[in-house]
Order: sequence, then structure tokens, then C-alpha cells
Amino acid sequence: MERIPILKLENVLLVSIQVDMHDQLALALQDDLTQKIVATRCRAVLIDISALEMVDSFMGRMLGNIASMSRILDAQTVVVGMRPAVAITLVELGLALPGIRTALSVDAGLALLREVLERPDESADVE
Amino acid sequence: MSNDLETFPVRSGEDVVKARQIVRSRAIDVGFSLVEQTKIVTAASELARNTVIYGGGGEMRIQRVFEGPRRSGLRLTFEDQGPGIADIELALRDGFTTGNGLGLGLSGARKLSHQFDIWSKPGEGTRVTITRWK
Repeated sequence: MERIPILKLENVLLVSIQVDMHDQLALALQDDLTQKIVATRCRAVLIDISALEMVDSFMGRMLGNIASMSRILDAQTVVVGMRPAVAITLVELGLALPGIRTALSVDAGLALLREVLERPDESADVE
Repeated sequence: MSNDLETFPVRSGEDVVKARQIVRSRAIDVGFSLVEQTKIVTAASELARNTVIYGGGGEMRIQRVFEGPRRSGLRLTFEDQGPGIADIELALRDGFTTGNGLGLGLSGARKLSHQFDIWSKPGEGTRVTITRWK
């Protein structure tokens, strides 16, 4: 079965979604990431969605699930690179992605992850 | 793009992806802005998924529509012969779901469209038509 690759760079798991995902692929990514977090003991996950031309409620839920599951496994997630048209559409759809940290670029996302992980109580700041 | 009605099967997760791509390409043909394209593609994705998951598969019809000399848009119809929806009012409510989704599919598609029509009869199927004008 086709899979979205997960790369480990130092202590960060990197995912760049480059294909128009069908739902099974999104679910597989969710499973793979949680397993990889445990296997590698990485405490940071960065998901790049700059190639995604749309995010619907299913993908939004998948991103939220990944953030929640990561947190339970003692890792922090940041979603980077959302296109403006995607953000506008998501909000109009009624999906504000609560609990998901975002940044505009991979660089900004990595900086945010570093900052969050260095804080004494890093899990307390997501509303 | 022709102004004819085109029909595509919506029976699997891959068909949902194809439906999104077809709608994107037709939305570009109509001259939709990037944000308008994204809205109608997202609405189509929600409705196509419903057709597969709740309707057991069906079809998407897509047509360019006109109103007066200047106004054009895109009309999409998703139709299945599945179990139908017993309470449409309830199904349209934000957050209502009988599956394991967020319950934003139907209500979200309605918000992203200018016109929204739904017909459903228990035991016969469901038909949802949305129109977005340029």
C-alpha cells in the first residue's frame, strides 16, 4: 500500500504531504506517525501541508488526531505551510483546528517546536 | 470546457480524489478565483465522501450554469441509491454524525455553496445539489 514518508531529522519527525490524499492514506499516516514517535522517541513532529490545495473536514480531523495522539505520547506537533485559500475555506467550513499549533514555514515551525520543548511545562499552552 | 452535463462514478476513496481534481479543473475553466476554487473543491470532497461512506457509492454530475448574460457558475450533484437520510434537518446540523466524522460534511458543503438542495428518501437514496456562482 502507498504510504506518506516520515523522515527523522535529529529529534524531529518530518512529514511533507505531497499528494492529494485519499482517506485511507490519511489514516495510515496517523497510524505510522504514532508508531514512529514511540519507536524513535522523538518529541517533535512537523507536518508540512504547503502542497495541499484543500483540507476538508476529514483531513482537518486527521491533523487534530495526530496532534492529540502525539501529545499523549509526549511529543509536540506543528503544522506548517497552510495556503491562504485553504485557511479561508476551513474557517468558513466551521473548522478552526483547535489544539493544533501552526507556523507559516518549516523554519518557523522548527523554531516553534524547539521553543515549546525547552519550556518547563510545554504541554500547557495549547487551548 | 463544454457546457454539457458530465457524469463521474463516486464509489471509492480514489474516486473522491478524482472528483476533487475534476471539480478543480472545471472551476478553473469557469474562471473561479483560487479561493472560490478551493471552496467548491472542498464542498465536493465532503459530498463525495458522504456518497461513498453513507450512500454506498453513487455518481457526481457536474455542469456549468448560466444566469443572465454575465453570470456563470458550477453546479454539482451527488446522487446515491443508499439508505437515505431519515431526518434531513438533523443531518444538516453542525456536528451531527452517524459515522465517525466531525459531522461537518453536509453542513460544511452548504456553507461553502451559494445554493444547496437536498432530497432524500429512506430506502431510496440521497441527492445533493450545490451551485457556486462566480
